[in-house]
Formats: sequence, structure tokens, C-alpha cells
Amino acid sequence: MTIAIEVDDLQKTFTGKREVRALAGVSFAVQEGTVFGLLGPNGSGKTTAVRVLTTILRPDGGSARVLGNDVVKKAPLVRSLIGLAGQYAAVDENLTGRENLQMVGRLNHLPGPFVASRSVELLDQFMLTDAGDRPLKTYSGGMRRRLDLAAALVARPTVLFLDEPTTGLDPQSRNDLWEVIEQLVGGGTTVLLTTQYLEEADRLASTLAVLDHGKVIAEGTPESMKASLGATVLEVGLSSLDDAQRTGTILDGLGPHAALVNGTLVEVTVDHGPQAAMLALRALDGEGIAPQTFNLREPSLDDVFLSLTGHRTEAEEPDEDANLTPRQHRRKKRLAKLEQALPVQTGEYA
Amino acid sequence: MTTTVVAPTVSGAPHSSGLLTNIKWLVSDTLTLTRRNLLAVTRIPEALFFSTVQPIMFVLLFRYVFGGAIQTGPVPYVDYLLPGIFVQTVAFGSVSTSIGLAEDLQKGIIERFRALPMSRGAVLLGRTTADLVRNVFVVIIMTVVGLLVGFRPTEGFASFMAGIALILLFAYALSWFFAIVGLSAPNSETAQVMSFPLVFPLTFISAAFVQVGTMPSWLQGFATYQPFSVVISACRSLMVGPASTGTGRSTSYWVVQSLAWTIGLLIVFIPLAIRRYRTRT
Repeated sequence: MTIAIEVDDLQKTFTGKREVRALAGVSFAVQEGTVFGLLGPNGSGKTTAVRVLTTILRPDGGSARVLGNDVVKKAPLVRSLIGLAGQYAAVDENLTGRENLQMVGRLNHLPGPFVASRSVELLDQFMLTDAGDRPLKTYSGGMRRRLDLAAALVARPTVLFLDEPTTGLDPQSRNDLWEVIEQLVGGGTTVLLTTQYLEEADRLASTLAVLDHGKVIAEGTPESMKASLGATVLEVGLSSLDDAQRTGTILDGLGPHAALVNGTLVEVTVDHGPQAAMLALRALDGEGIAPQTFNLREPSLDDVFLSLTGHRTEAEEPDEDANLTPRQHRRKKRLAKLEQALPVQTGEYA
Repeated sequence: MTTTVVAPTVSGAPHSSGLLTNIKWLVSDTLTLTRRNLLAVTRIPEALFFSTVQPIMFVLLFRYVFGGAIQTGPVPYVDYLLPGIFVQTVAFGSVSTSIGLAEDLQKGIIERFRALPMSRGAVLLGRTTADLVRNVFVVIIMTVVGLLVGFRPTEGFASFMAGIALILLFAYALSWFFAIVGLSAPNSETAQVMSFPLVFPLTFISAAFVQVGTMPSWLQGFATYQPFSVVISACRSLMVGPASTGTGRSTSYWVVQSLAWTIGLLIVFIPLAIRRYRTRT
């Protein structure tokens, strides 16, 4: 197997009102023809890594090569080999779907007849034939993402970068997009995918790197990461916070890692599920604690993330806003809106 | 999808060095983006319509409401007014360069362009060229409106067209200045409000609507020799004769001055805009 993407000690710091060290020495390698997942919460450095690899940003230090070509020294060559689809769905909403594809084809300096037939082919492949001659303004979010991905594929790139391809999509559109990506990989394209959805990384990627604060904190297959945690997660729901705390102390010794108490829920990863369950129930009974729920499950990537970083991924924290006053909530929404409107200045530096 | 792996060969040699190839791509990429920007104009016809409504209202306002009270010497006020209106219209038109670029930055499409093997200069060139074409269209409309309200050029067709060319060239130079504004603005709305205070004083403290001699003396120097007035005077001389400017200067004096301004603006603002584009994105 040859290496399609090679990243070596990549560094990038954004200066401005506040200094952000987006990449603090990131290294990884992606095998040709595989899907590599960069996983991490907002601000972990994923998008910055993609922007450097796609020649949009110059790194401060370190190096990166795509198919053996340095992304700084041979940027024009790299651009002709790659495709990029981004979380901002960078398509022109005044143009029709077909016009968008043709524009990208022409800017890739592809011959006119090829661009025309390729556009037809892609519209068909992405279920956009009927909408092909409508302006993008009339497209749904899912249709835009599909067109964005189609635009990235016009020049038949050998290496494809997908920056949070399904962020903000409904489950059905997300599933459709996953299927298309799986088809592409079947055709031999190398894909680097960033995501904050653990489910997405688990489904699409054969190798993962977990980023946090600009550093790779873990790397491996989704399976090996789960395996390193312990085989099974024991999850106990209690009726009070006090009970949960006591349960946490009792379950601490059961697995390789300490038990995690999250509200009234206690989780611990264990090597042998049934045996640990028996021990746990006996111990709880001995202390006079009656669990409300008691589950044994496979560890998810979320568990991996939690044990690596000490916090869950942001996408998995629905209760984050629960304690805000309505006024704080509105302020937060306004800020989020503002950030969307100013992607270059205050958007994700990562 | 099995053909995906043989991809790069399909496009022939998408990457190549060589000055000739680079120039060829700069031209073709500029044309592609010009076309894209103009298509956007046709997709929002309301925007184009309302951008011509405003100058038409100015024509009607000054021709029929204020005009009677304004003394402009040897020529009828409508002949004095129209060259001023032309320059005002294209100047406001070049503001769209700042709005368009700010919007492209905001929506992330420039991010996509930067990851494509396209010519680097084409984004700015395509934008300014599209705005030039748009201004041509607007000038044609304003000429028709002018003729309808009694504007009568006296110096012949060639001289009139020379005046139009001078205005369009000046507007093109202004577009490069507004490109910098657009690249510095956080979003398109801000780009628009940032541009307006720059255009407004130059348009109104000028020879566009009244003779500069009627202004207080401390204002006359600026009002006569600031670039908008210079181009207006050149255009007025070319369209309705040098006497109409009320400055006692010849046509060639104003034409040379306005060409100097235009070229000067281009020399200063093209490199600045390109630098701003590089650092911003």
C-alpha cells in the first residue's frame, strides 16, 4: 500500500484578538484507497488541517504531502489532484446545479465536452437530475451538500477532502450522503473526512485520528480504539445524585478505567460483562442501592472520546444549554448566528 | 466509479508551468468567473432594476425639481446635469464590487476557488470585469433616459463615445478600490455601508450637479480637482463642449487629467487589492 496523504509535525497558530494554536504538531498518514477520519469537537484543529492540506492555508511549521507532493512547494499540482467539499457548502446559490458543476469543471481547465457530460453524469449520480437546471436557492440543505460533493468530484480527484460533510443535515440526508461516500471509496478514491459525529466516523472511516486542542491524542481503527477501552460498558441509572456518587465509588474497581458519573448515570468499562454485572449487582445490593436501569452495551466512539479527553464531544451534549436563562440562550443563539455570518473571522479556527 | 483512479489523465495535463499557459488560464478563468458573476445579476433582476431606478430618480429630481433654480451658464441645465449623473451612476455601480467580493468571502465560495487549480488573479479580475459590463448596461439605460428628458450632446457621436469610455474606465479603476473595501469587510451588508460614506461626499462635493463657483471658496479647490469632478468635467467637455464646464479649461486638459487619475488609481489599487486578497483568504 502506498501513502496518499502524509502529515508531519504540522503547526499553525492564528494571531488576532486572541491567539489560537489550531495545530500544535499534528502527524498522521493516510493509506491510498482508504477513508481516514479526523475526529474531534469544534475548535480541535480539524478544519485547519484540511485547509492546510488543500493549499488554502500555509502552515507555520512542519510539512504535508499529497500523493508525494508538498502542499506548499507544489501547491498548484496538489490542487489539480484533490477535491474539497466543505461544511459551508461552498456553492453559488445564484447559479443552477449544472452551472455550478460546469464552472468548477472549467476552472479545472477541463475540456468543454468532458465538463458537459461529466455534469450530466454527476447530477444523475447524486439524484439531482430533476433539479439540475434550477437555481440553488431552491435546493434543500441535503441537496446543497450533495451538489457541493458533486462539485468536488468534477475533475475526478484521486484524493478527496470532506470537511464535516453532514454537519447540520437531517438523518435521512445524512444517510444518503454516507451511501454516496461509500460508493466513492469502493471506486478507489482516498478520502480524508473530518467529523464531530462519532457514528459517522465509525461507519465510514477505516482509520481514525482523534484531535483535541490541535494535537492527535489517539490513532487507530475504530475497533482497536474500542478494544483498548475494555470490551463492554456497564451502565447503571440511579434514582438520585447521591446514589450515583456512591455507585461510582463502588464500581471504580471493576474495569481498567475509573467509573464515570454523569448526573444519575454511572458508566464503567469492563473486560468481562456478565461477571462484572454480577459483582456490581451484589455490591450495590450490599449497600442498599436499587438501580433504576442496568445495561451492558458495546463501547461507542463517544466512550473512547470521553476516556481520552475527559469530556464528551460537543455534538453529544444536548443538556449544555439547559441551565441558561432565556436571555443567555438568546445571546448564545445570536453569537452562533454571527459566527456563521463571519466564517473567516470568528468561525471555527480548527 | 471504477474510472476514478485514472482521474488526472482525463483532464490531459491540468497542471503545467509556462508563461503562455498561465496567461491562457488567467484569461479563461477570468471569463468563466465574469460569466458566473453576470449570471448572478440576471438571476436577481430586481437588484439590477432598482440599481437603475435610483439614478433615474436623480435625473428626474434635478431635471424637473431643482434644475430650474440652478444656474449653469452657457448650456441648458439638462446638458450640464447628465455627464454628472453618468459619473455618479457608475461610481455607485462600482460599489457592487465590494458587495460581491464580501459576499463570496462570506459564503465560502472563495475557499473553494482557492483549492482549485485555477489562476489566482481571476477572482478579482472576474469580479471587476463583470462590474464593468454591468456598468456598460447601466450607462446605456441612463443615455436613453437622458435623451428622453431632453439631453442633447453637441460634440458628435465619436466625442460622446469617448466620454462614455472615459467614464467606464474610471469606474473600472474605482472597482479595484472597492475590491479592497469588500475584502476588508466582515460581510456584504457592512461592505455596502462602508462604501457609501466614501462615494457620497465625492459625488456631491463635486461639479456633478452645480457649478463649483457657487460653493464657498474654501470648498472650491477640492470640489474642482477631486477625481470625480475631473472626470465629470472631461465628460461634459466631450459631450456638450468645453464652455459648459464653466472652468475656462480646454477639453484635452480635463481628458488628460482624468486619464492620469484613472491610471494612477489602477496602479495604486490593483497591487493593494491583490495583496489584500492574498492575506485575507
